[in-house]
Amino acid sequence: MLNIISRLLFRRCLQAVIVALLVSTVSFFLMHSLSGDLAFRIAAGRYGYDMVTAAAAEAVRAELGLDRPLLQGLLLWWQQLLQFDLGDSYLTSAPVIDEIREQFGHTLQLALSALALSIAIALPVGLVTGLNPHGWLDRVSLALSIILRAFPPFLLGILLILLLSSKLGITNAANASHEHGGLLLPALTLALGLAAVSSRVARDAMVEVRRSAYFNFARTKGLSDLLALLRHGIRNAAVPVIAYLGVQLVFLMEGVIIIESLFAWPGIGHALAHAVFGRDIPMIQGTAIVMGLLFVLCNTLVDIACLVADPRQRYLVTRRADA
Amino acid sequence: MFLYSIRRRLLSTATAMLSLSLLVAPALTAADNTAKSSLSIVGPWEISTLEPSRSGYLFLRMQVAEALVGTDLEGKAAPGLAERWEVSPDGLQWRFFLRPDARFHDGSPVTAESVAMNLQRALGQPGVLAMAPIASISAAAPREVNIALSQPYAMLPMLLAHSSAIILAPAAYNEKGQVRRMLGSGPYQLVRQTLPQQFELALSPHWRGRQPAIRHIHYLSVSRPETRALIAESHQADLVFGFDPASTQRLRHNPKVVMKEADLARTVTLKLNSGHRFLNNVETRQALSLAINRAGIAKGILRTPELAADQLLPPSITQWHQAGPEFPRLHSDLAQAKKLLAAQGWRPGTDGILHRNGERFSLALTTLPDRPELPIIATALQDQFRKLGIEVKVIVTNSSEIPLGHRTGKLEMGLVPRNFALVPDPFVTLNQDFKHGGGDWGAMNWQNGEVPALLEKIASETEPAAQARYRHDIMLALQQELPVIPVTWYRLPVAVHPQLQGVKVDPLEQSYYISDMVWSAQ
Repeated sequence: MLNIISRLLFRRCLQAVIVALLVSTVSFFLMHSLSGDLAFRIAAGRYGYDMVTAAAAEAVRAELGLDRPLLQGLLLWWQQLLQFDLGDSYLTSAPVIDEIREQFGHTLQLALSALALSIAIALPVGLVTGLNPHGWLDRVSLALSIILRAFPPFLLGILLILLLSSKLGITNAANASHEHGGLLLPALTLALGLAAVSSRVARDAMVEVRRSAYFNFARTKGLSDLLALLRHGIRNAAVPVIAYLGVQLVFLMEGVIIIESLFAWPGIGHALAHAVFGRDIPMIQGTAIVMGLLFVLCNTLVDIACLVADPRQRYLVTRRADA
Repeated sequence: MFLYSIRRRLLSTATAMLSLSLLVAPALTAADNTAKSSLSIVGPWEISTLEPSRSGYLFLRMQVAEALVGTDLEGKAAPGLAERWEVSPDGLQWRFFLRPDARFHDGSPVTAESVAMNLQRALGQPGVLAMAPIASISAAAPREVNIALSQPYAMLPMLLAHSSAIILAPAAYNEKGQVRRMLGSGPYQLVRQTLPQQFELALSPHWRGRQPAIRHIHYLSVSRPETRALIAESHQADLVFGFDPASTQRLRHNPKVVMKEADLARTVTLKLNSGHRFLNNVETRQALSLAINRAGIAKGILRTPELAADQLLPPSITQWHQAGPEFPRLHSDLAQAKKLLAAQGWRPGTDGILHRNGERFSLALTTLPDRPELPIIATALQDQFRKLGIEVKVIVTNSSEIPLGHRTGKLEMGLVPRNFALVPDPFVTLNQDFKHGGGDWGAMNWQNGEVPALLEKIASETEPAAQARYRHDIMLALQQELPVIPVTWYRLPVAVHPQLQGVKVDPLEQSYYISDMVWSAQ
């Protein structure tokens, strides 16, 4: 088991290096190929539209050395990267790594809370509806899933503010801290979108398990429904659900950008939107690398979780390695 | 039966988890403040850095930092960190006398050296100080700062009141000269920050002035106007700034919300390339102005009919707004506009678009998305100019494309929200926009000698009657020549907690006057 996991980790580490190089190079070229004058865009991002003038733009151009050739810029960027230096933000002049560290903590907190909340909603709903497919609860759950997934996160967020904050007064509409329930609304908005699909995945996995020969055999040999579910059902149903949680990261990262802006959450999604508008290239590149590495890390964790949950996968990996 | 019991257990678990997650977050509204010495503010402004040239405006408004010169609600210079100042008879030497009890938030005294250092630094940063002909800034005595000019410049105090010229303690800067701590000299000091969205202020123990009733302030930046409106409606903040027109209208009719509004020195203007072959005569520019239905835009888009701009600056800017009945007002008259263009040789084609010498009357209108109403106003103008026979292509892009288009000469028309209160007196912005050669956000390729000459006279003239006459003549010339066409004015709406007293909305956005606010008894 340890041998299999260490081989997996080695492979993923190699992937991480390739991802970091590719993402940083592609984002470098993408940012430099955007239309508009870079110095003017950065000046607008720094000083706001009231104060952006040609003089301010030229001062920015001189300060940041924006006149240097593209290839020279790329080589400089690679050199920095090899020294694990992501540079300084064009907009705030602070080291990018410090900015990301601060913002990423907030985003991670929001994302993990949303994920946990979505599991707390989706798993019970999926298991209950999977145990009684095509029942009234299953139909209601399907309808709700379709509605929630079709709702843009922005609209869902506004509706939740209206209901939970304005009407019921349960929590504040926006508060970028733990205090006063600032985390609840953004996490719930993201979680409902995630749970809409993962509850259906859990439901289908449960239906599959219930139809399987091993579940019926467990019942036939005398196990109760509950014991059959706990000993044979949940673990089998967990594999597709775990794999799907990895896929949901994409949805999560897409969602945090708008959700963080809506709820004034000081995370990396909100910062990324600002960095794109202000052409803060070091910040965008740094964020892209961190996001890319995060995907590699999450996929690794999902793989490990699947290996732990499913002995058949361990067996297959061992056989392949022996062959 | 067994399946039913499992289902029931799972259902109750799910319900319990959801309820728990809802209940762990205790609700608290700003209205629940028991101490009544704290204030919660929500606005759209984000602070990504402490650098004065980028974020100084918010720390000045929040009374954290002070500039050498302050301003009153009418935009007149008032004592700031300098309690008074003197100017030599030739107008070249300015002496500023610092408030003797002034201390920075780290306890160190405000000295002439520290003030001079800050001003010299501001002079090298993007800002407004460089507009003055400053020869030197020096500490003349422990509490006296001397600014020498190479030629008279009466507006110097106005430039010194700008947020990029706020004075910070020497300890605020790191070894690279970057601001790492916000150490001002105002009544409130920064005690906690989560940039870019929130910070907390507390009454500084080193403040020796009148002790304000508000001792603790929490500021949260919320970028979406929809969220801000919902926060205001549910009293989750005591002061909420800036709403979209639809939310403003809804809040005005909400009996639980007190709305205070002030007309800002900000005007949506149509910047014209007066060197363009279609726009290089006054008659065509006047025709464009006559085709604009300002009342319709103000009512339909901004939901505030009074904001239709009949001249460049709104009535709240009393020194510059021309209220006299003899002053000509901008108005709509489509038939007159068509006549003016016909006299220029423009004839409608089969599709209604005007043609002259085989050329279609077609122009590009560039605007920015930073203020959500701008693209909507741009499309309204597109429709109104279509009725005149002008084809307009609307381009919504980054704000920097306006000054860039000005410099490259490629801009044809730009719809911009021009702020005439970059410093409290609109003179500085007007001078930037209408001096010889025009300005990045103002006149473009406009050939006029009268307005730049009048602006130069104001810069050196100190006699009030003469200044008023020059201001009138400048406004009249701009109204007739129309290098930029005013469309609408702006209004800053602020939702105020009903029990909060002493709230003043500054049309020049220099201060929130928090130290004047008090909570009324329950």
